[in-house]
Order: sequence, then C-alpha cells, then structure tokens
Amino acid sequence: MKLQISSQLAVFAVLELYARREEQLSVAEIASKYEVSPHHLAKVMNVLGRSGLVRSVRGAGGGYQFAGNARRTTLLDIVELFENAGPAARNDEELAERTGEGRALLQVMKEIDDIARSTLGSITIATMKRLVAQHEVPGKTASALGAGRG
Amino acid sequence: MGDFEGAKKRMHEDLPTSSAAQGPHRTGSPGLHIRPATRADLDQVIALDEEVTNIAKPDYWRSLLDRRPGPEQFFLVATEAGASAARILGFMLGEIRAWEFGSEPCGWVYTLSVREDARLHGIGQALFDAMSDEFRKAGVSKVRTMVGRDSRLHMLFFRALGMMAGPYIELEKEL
Ligand SMILES: CC(C)(COP(=O)(O)OP(=O)(O)OC[C@H]1O[C@@H](n2cnc3c(N)ncnc32)[C@H](O)[C@@H]1OP(=O)(O)O)[C@@H](O)C(=O)NCCC(=O)NCCS
Repeated sequence: MKLQISSQLAVFAVLELYARREEQLSVAEIASKYEVSPHHLAKVMNVLGRSGLVRSVRGAGGGYQFAGNARRTTLLDIVELFENAGPAARNDEELAERTGEGRALLQVMKEIDDIARSTLGSITIATMKRLVAQHEVPGKTASALGAGRG
Repeated sequence: MGDFEGAKKRMHEDLPTSSAAQGPHRTGSPGLHIRPATRADLDQVIALDEEVTNIAKPDYWRSLLDRRPGPEQFFLVATEAGASAARILGFMLGEIRAWEFGSEPCGWVYTLSVREDARLHGIGQALFDAMSDEFRKAGVSKVRTMVGRDSRLHMLFFRALGMMAGPYIELEKEL
C-alpha cells in the first residue's frame, strides 16, 4: 500500500502541529522541515482546516494550530480525507467483477485493504507521536530540525 | 474507503473521561491494586466477563482456577486499594507458550476486560504492565496477543501500549 503525497503531507503536518501545539506554525515552516512544496502543503492544510483537525489563526504571527483530539483521531481519519479508495477499489471494479479471475484477484486485494484499514484505523496521533520518538535520531529532534531550517 | 461522517465525528468527540485518564488510577498509582485471582473472585469475574461478552461461561472460569494456574499461567485481577478492595475492576489472563508455530517462548495476553464504569482510568494498562512484569520474571522478553481486525477498542488499546503487528498472519479455512 502506498499513500498519496497529500496524505503523507497531512500526517506530517498534523504530527508537527500536535508536537508543538502551544505554537502557531506557518505553512512555510512546516514545508521547510519536511522539505516539501509549500504550495502543495497549503492545499492539504485547507482540507485539514475544513475537517476541523487544525485551525488557522489569522494576523501577524498567524498560522495553523492543532485543533483535534489526538487520542481519538487515527491515521485512517487523516488519510481518508485524501484517498478515496484502497488498492482493491482502484482496480477496475467492472473488469474485476466480469470473470472468476477478476473476482478472485479482487478478494486478494480486499484482504490487503482490510489489513491496511485496520492498521491505519488503530493508530492514533498520540500513539504515532510515541512511535516517532522511537525513530528520532538523537540530537536531531523534529523541532530542532524545524527551528534550524524554519 | 468511506465512512467520512463517522471519522469526522470521532475526531472531535472527547474521550468520556479524558481528564480522569491522567488521574488517580494511572499505572502504579496507590489507588489500584493488582494481584493474582483467587476463588473468592470467581463470581465477580464471571459476571464481568458475561457483561462484556454477553456469554456466561462459569465452567470455563472455574476450571481455570481448579487447574491452579501453573508457573506459566497468570490470572490477574485489578481492585481498588483499601476499603473497596473486594470490588474487581478488571482482569487479564496470560500464559507463556513455547515453540508454537516455531516461535521461541513468549508471553501471550488473552482475555482482558475492564468494568465499563472504570474504563479509561489506566486499569487496562496497569494490568498489562503487571502481566509484562510476570513474563519478564519468567524469563521471556516478548509479549503477543491476537486481536480481531474489527475490534476497534482492543486495537486502539494495544496500539497505545506500543504493540505492532508481529511476523505471523492468522490464516483460516471453512471446513
Ligand atoms: C480495552 C479495555 C481493556 C481497555 O481498558 P481501560 O482500562 O479502559 O484502558 P486504559 O485506561 O488503561 O487505556 C490505555 C490506553 O488505551 C487507549 N484506549 C483505551 N480505551 C480507548 C478508547 N475508548 N478510545 C481510544 N483509545 C483508548 C488509550 O490510548 C489509553 O491511554 P490514554 O488514556 O493515556 O490515552 C476496555 O475498554 C475493555 O475491557 N473493553 C471491553 C472490550 C470488549 O468489548 N471485549 C469483548 C470481547 S473480549
């Protein structure tokens, strides 16, 4: 399973805003930390804003702030804002339904989708934050990197 | 993927007792007592299990204690400390199994229930931590469990405790 770039950006942005939830971060700041296109990220932030997961703060020093419930929101909640379907549904359903081979392949792909959904749906932002900590390189924490480039 | 409305609702719902979750019952708090189950606990365990699973299985629970849990089996209950110590808030079963499916000995956690009115106070986590201690004392360094893919609550719970998918996949077939 491969996530769309938008989904990945959304997950990164939400994690960054949650980790620094006392602050307001600009799109440029977040984009520079993850070395991604600010233009693309701005579109992603709009969708996140509409979902209520983040709040945009206007005015000088304005930016985005985390506004969700980190212990309730899962990766699936974020990813679903950007992906309409898993790999099974991305296959041509009509082509698949026509033959035994197609239906068999669909069954296999659905098995993969079910596992992916269950995995994404059980990892909350709070759980993810703990996981991130395990992957962080000592001395190169997310915020240190962000501050260095931002 | 769908279920947008459900997802949106979840994102903004507050955990019922989210502030209490940092409260007095967090792991290792003096308000909570974890100990091995005894015969006197059976009626409450049976009732709590029936409440959660909707299936009464008194014989099963009795047989667990009749067998006297061996050194490789653990049956823990959580109670409040002090005056209300007789009231069981939750329980957990665990066992060390060796060489099943070619795996080295590891601790298995199976059957975990916390009384509904006591959830989100860290009792499940305290039981899990106590069970992990038992496993460590017995010399194993890995804990496993099996969770239904659709069992959201258990999934969220075990994930929150840092569990990730292991190297096995459960396969089955209609006979
Ligand atoms: C799963 C269960 C054991 C959890 O017990 P608990 O005492 O409420 O769990 P804890 O308070 O220790 O929670 C530990 C972590 O799990 C996660 N968690 C637990 N319940 C959650 C919920 N409803 N939603 C989201 N996360 C949850 C949280 O991350 C929590 O940590 P936090 O409060 O610091 O965020 C309990 O809900 C239960 O017994 N459920 C019944 C399950 C059932 O239906 N069984 C029938 C088939 S056997």
